[in-house]
Amino acid sequence: MPALVVLGAGTAGTMVVNKLRPQLGPDWTVTVVDPSDLHHYQPGYLFLPFGTYQPRDVVKPVAHVLGKGIERVKAAVDRVDADAREVHLAGGRTLPYDYLVIATGTTPRPDQTPGMAEGMGRNVHEFYTYDGAMALRRALEGFTGGRVVVHITEMPIKCPVAPLEFAFLVDDYFTRRGIRDKVDLHYVTPLPGAFTKPVSARAFGDTLTHKGIELEPDFVVEHVDADAGTLVSYDEREVPFDLLVTIPLNMGADYVARSGFGDDLNYVPVDKETLQSTFSDRVFAVGDASNIPASKAGAVAHFAVDGFVPNFLAHIQGKPMTHRFDGHANCFIESGHGKALLIDFNYDTEPLTGVYPYAKVGPLSLLKETRMNHLGKLAFKWIYWHILLPGRHLPVPIRMSMAGKVPADHAEDEPTDDAPPIPSF
Amino acid sequence: MPTATINGKDVQIDAEGFMTEPSEWDEAIAEVLAGNIGIELTDAHWKLIRFLREDFAKQGETATTRRVQTVGGVPTKVQFELFPKKPAKKMAYIAGLPKPKGCV
Repeated sequence: MPALVVLGAGTAGTMVVNKLRPQLGPDWTVTVVDPSDLHHYQPGYLFLPFGTYQPRDVVKPVAHVLGKGIERVKAAVDRVDADAREVHLAGGRTLPYDYLVIATGTTPRPDQTPGMAEGMGRNVHEFYTYDGAMALRRALEGFTGGRVVVHITEMPIKCPVAPLEFAFLVDDYFTRRGIRDKVDLHYVTPLPGAFTKPVSARAFGDTLTHKGIELEPDFVVEHVDADAGTLVSYDEREVPFDLLVTIPLNMGADYVARSGFGDDLNYVPVDKETLQSTFSDRVFAVGDASNIPASKAGAVAHFAVDGFVPNFLAHIQGKPMTHRFDGHANCFIESGHGKALLIDFNYDTEPLTGVYPYAKVGPLSLLKETRMNHLGKLAFKWIYWHILLPGRHLPVPIRMSMAGKVPADHAEDEPTDDAPPIPSF
Repeated sequence: MPTATINGKDVQIDAEGFMTEPSEWDEAIAEVLAGNIGIELTDAHWKLIRFLREDFAKQGETATTRRVQTVGGVPTKVQFELFPKKPAKKMAYIAGLPKPKGCV
């Protein structure tokens, strides 16, 4: 009786089991391992601190989102023995597998930056966990003025646009409370600009300026001094704060390191087109848990899983995997005041301006704040619970298209004389 | 891909000036590249550059500052002292390796 074991019942793991279970024969067992009884709609954490979403919007029992015929094991993983094809669970139980899908995601780790964990819940907060987002809601409610610093520790992070959205929403929130003039808002990032890639970095940089949010780029934090209320960088710059909202270092699960196959940040090395691990043809990693060079985000997991499912079904029959994931994803970016932006990108093409031809809905503006994009963002919660998680088909193309996009200007790329260019650092 | 002449040798570079073919690099080129960005190479610099070159040969990827600390044994703080402001990018530039990858 062949056994598929999936580690993690988050966005990626749930989509994988719900899509594969009906396609695998009745002789297969499909087991999903997760220590929690609850499934969290993580994109909703962004809205919890502002009271826009309530806890009931973001939490459902795992049992309600898993399809029929899927076995659930409530446990944490101790380690994977890829040679023996066994998962050792915390508590001593062992689960043998024929095929394993690792989908345990990535987790914020405030303990990895000196001083950060110590300040957490006082003047240091985060919104990447349910508890953190709710604690931040209370902190924001009690805030009457001063320096608010939104900060990214190190890339890569889960949902790399969320810190920007959070900063935009802080501006919106204090404007609505009528005390925006008493709040000094700063955005501190290890990146050289507001975002990862040039075109979108310029667009978001303009948005920050427009909203009166000061950008501090190239800031790599060395430690947090919560008592003094300062962030200190490796090159000895100091950024003072009254309220720090940080995105801690993100790392994959510790059992990945204990199993001996993780990279420096506990991500599972895979082929970026098939998600098959580099160390075993029976192990795959989907979603944030893998080391593919794409955003760690549910949108990427969704597009990746669409190709993974037919690949997996071919692979177990000894056939070649023909779907090649191109890193495509798109996401709405909330910008406050009832508007949002949309970005669409893949491994090779950065987010560009232009329009996204969305079937039935009509073209949506790319990298531009519109009311329509905001409605798309809000609609996504319903789509998540009712279409994505159950594994139903969302009628959007898997592979990225250049239709409607304005190409980046490459005119400045070619050196014009014999003197080699020197990078500007 | 454009080419450039560095220290009398034709090498391939990208639009920013990073070498794109690690095998075209040599230590004399490193001295020139370091000079371009105002760094004088000491033994401490060389220790790091050699680690980066060896690690790239094994891994096929340019080490991050985190990896230089955990595997190479040079604390991030020291990397910032040797290659001020942007150690990862500067080390890669001087070592003739691809710029560390960034994702969306």
